[in-house]
Amino acid sequence: MANTKWPTTDKSKYLAKPGILRIDGPPKVKGEAKYAYDINRPQMLFAKILSSPHANAAIRSIDISAAEKMPGVRAISIMTGPGAAGVSAQRVKVTPQWDGFPIAAVAADTEELAKDAIRAIKVDYEIQPHHVNAFDLDKAPADRKPAPQAQLTGTEESLAAAFKAAASVVEGTYGLSSVAHCCLEAHGQVAEWPAADRLKYIASTQSVTTYNGQVAMSFQMPPANIEVSCQYIGGGFGSKFTVDDWGLVCAELSKKAGRPVKLMLERDQELQIAGMRPSTFGKVKVGCDAEGNITAWESTIWGTAGMAGALPGPQVVPYVFVGIPNSKRTGQRISTNVGGARAWRAPNHPQAAAITMTALDDLAAARKMDPLDFFMKNLALTARPNFTIDFPKVYREELTIGADLIGWKKKWQPRGTTAGPVKRGLGLALSTWAGAGHASQCMCIVNSDGTIELRIGTQDLGTGTRTALTIVAAETFGVPMNLITVKIGENSYPASGSSGGSSTIGGIASSSRRACTEALNQVLAKVAPALGVAPEALEVADGFVRVTAEPGKRMAWKEAAGKIGPTPVSVTADRDKPGDQAPLFTANVGGINMAEVTVDTETGIVRIEEMVAVQDVGLVVSHKTCESQVLGAMIMGVCSALYEELIYDDQTGRLLNPNLEFYKLAGIGDVGRLRVHLMTGPGYDERGPIGVGEPAMNGPVASIANAVANAVGVRVPIAPFTPDRVLAALQQGGRA
Amino acid sequence: MAAKKKDGTTETPPAGLSRRGFFKGVGGGVVAAGMAPVLLRAAQTSGPVAVPITLNINGRARQLTVEPRVTLLDALRNHLDLTGAKKVCDRGTCGACTVMMDGRIVYGCSVLAIEAQGARIETVESLAGPDGRMHPVQAAFVNNDAQQCGFCTPGFVMACKGFLDRNPAPTREQALKGLGGNLCRCGTYAGVAAAVLEAGKGGRSNG
Repeated sequence: MANTKWPTTDKSKYLAKPGILRIDGPPKVKGEAKYAYDINRPQMLFAKILSSPHANAAIRSIDISAAEKMPGVRAISIMTGPGAAGVSAQRVKVTPQWDGFPIAAVAADTEELAKDAIRAIKVDYEIQPHHVNAFDLDKAPADRKPAPQAQLTGTEESLAAAFKAAASVVEGTYGLSSVAHCCLEAHGQVAEWPAADRLKYIASTQSVTTYNGQVAMSFQMPPANIEVSCQYIGGGFGSKFTVDDWGLVCAELSKKAGRPVKLMLERDQELQIAGMRPSTFGKVKVGCDAEGNITAWESTIWGTAGMAGALPGPQVVPYVFVGIPNSKRTGQRISTNVGGARAWRAPNHPQAAAITMTALDDLAAARKMDPLDFFMKNLALTARPNFTIDFPKVYREELTIGADLIGWKKKWQPRGTTAGPVKRGLGLALSTWAGAGHASQCMCIVNSDGTIELRIGTQDLGTGTRTALTIVAAETFGVPMNLITVKIGENSYPASGSSGGSSTIGGIASSSRRACTEALNQVLAKVAPALGVAPEALEVADGFVRVTAEPGKRMAWKEAAGKIGPTPVSVTADRDKPGDQAPLFTANVGGINMAEVTVDTETGIVRIEEMVAVQDVGLVVSHKTCESQVLGAMIMGVCSALYEELIYDDQTGRLLNPNLEFYKLAGIGDVGRLRVHLMTGPGYDERGPIGVGEPAMNGPVASIANAVANAVGVRVPIAPFTPDRVLAALQQGGRA
Repeated sequence: MAAKKKDGTTETPPAGLSRRGFFKGVGGGVVAAGMAPVLLRAAQTSGPVAVPITLNINGRARQLTVEPRVTLLDALRNHLDLTGAKKVCDRGTCGACTVMMDGRIVYGCSVLAIEAQGARIETVESLAGPDGRMHPVQAAFVNNDAQQCGFCTPGFVMACKGFLDRNPAPTREQALKGLGGNLCRCGTYAGVAAAVLEAGKGGRSNG
């Protein structure tokens, strides 16, 4: 009989094997994969949204009469302001409070006609005062910043004493500007009503199983009557969990017009309203003793998440080095008239790393220590006694491997000591993430021809969900991957959670492992008599069912499956099994990132030369797609560190770069050479699968920040490190 | 079938003359020059009208009726259900809509459908063989996992094919420069760089 315990990576045939390719690669490269944006339905209408051009305004009136009369216009909904009605008007009493705020939506025969109609809607706005930037805490109006929250470890007296006793104390300002999720597939969906009481969505969503529940209340219909499908999604990064105003209005327009409606946000709207990562800035004071042991920390952090979005609180720093004995942390939020924050790939962590790892790097420099030695020396401060992970050990192993890969000891030199105008520097950062598996159920069906099917209500964000599920099934049944079909992306399948927080792999690997194991055991029970043994005596390997004690006594998988009979074996299993003392997944990982940059001190241009990520993910399931996620996180880190930033105009309150020309993303030539090392073996495998999407995102900005400081000899405080900021820091530091 | 003359009046081709032949007959810059008056006239009246056009796409003549302002990208996606080319920035920055016109790479969002008449248009859907076998560039993308969400991928595949057609055995530096017109948000550049070099070996990408 099979049991659910994971094999270690050295004993497995499919887990952590680099040669296994993404199974949905071919439909993607052929252009066959259909995203919500690609869906065309018979008689489908195209909808567009009218957005507010003001950062803060009241609406005196909205006149849709001209738009209604235009040819090809089939339905109009007012979503905000006078005349707002229907399910999308839930904010009817709310005034537009940021640039891009949805006001009305039109469905028409073509995209062009819908845009014409949007332009024909007349809105009379009464402009009101706005505040959009949060760089300067002091400049924010008093009514925009509620009283700060403070937290203390130790006492005020012990903190003061620790700073007084410190051999070195540094003070600095650090931080990250707001960035957008900037999904390449804009937010949106196709909605249609197959019957008066039945609604179908094909949506770009990270949450296929909670989408219908979100809609059901609005339309006052049972969730069971709402079908949701998402086979492919063109980027989410934490911004596509909710149905949103545009999801509701799309179905409403469809109902009014009696035809399917597609509504995808325009690119400017995608950047204005469909998700941002909060800016976070910090003033930090940190001290250490003569040997470099960190003894005291004091910080004030602030930033903005829009009017009400979630912002990193004071507790997020000091990051990773949670054991600093004396610390005081204060946090303050600034409300701004900008599109609200959404969970952005590792909420709080990139910001916390960019404030903590930089301050510690400055302290190492003040102590004239190599930061690699300094961070190694302080690893005991990363310990979390009640966790299943031994952080100091993991970080030590990873730093050792990373230093070797990038040639740290050979290359590192003290700050600002490169000769000539182009300076070279190295930086590093540590990171972590929880990534525990979400709730998940999976159905496994075994047919008498030996084919195996998994059905699971999850979604593949490009992370490799389909591939990982196929690998788990192949590993469990000991059969080739081509016998396995994985069906996901429909809310009619057994429910899994939203794909966020790196929670997917822990959930789906566990439920699919249990479903496959139980299904296999049912097959073994049917095969056992033919092999003349009890089911307990059987195992599977290399496409055979065989007697464990007598491996020569075996039956090919297809023949064994033939014993099932006409009714397939069908098992639905949960992530957890009551009474099972050995969960198949755990939480918490550690990772390190190292960067080598060059900085041209005459132009202020920073270039990435090389980056190394060494990442722990517990048990690696799908090596290739796991590695791709780490690479992707490093590249996203380069974008945040050097290029991308939501730039808001103080005068007009508008977003100045709602497009891809001026909202800058790194191109293929901007990312340097990237290397990834995934940790496997003892200390890693036995912890079970833990998500990777987020963890690798957290170090890159901080390591690049430290590499820049190492190169030029001064700290460039705020990312992205654009030429103007680099040159300003050089001038201020007397190095221009 | 009717077409507008430069003075804005309509001229009907003689019976038996193909549309393409008719455009050739009115001569000169053929499509673009011939259509400009339509736009002018449209601006003066109630709005541009949809016109019948023929596009040569993936070796087939496809007839459709579109307004003159409709881009090649929107014509492919909304009128012909060829959705491999993606709409992302819609203004010639990101390359997700990359297709080929007469063997040259273009951004589908930055070409009007009416301008594309008479050109040989190839989309990502044409790359795989009739048996579904992947083009070497596509196979190299799969081998090197040069995709995550996959939304930029078809555009990148076409950009790689167009680049390799002209530079069959590029260096890494040439490839990175040559593919600078495509953006990815998931961060698949390492895989794309490996893929273009793999597909480039021996100049296999002539397909």
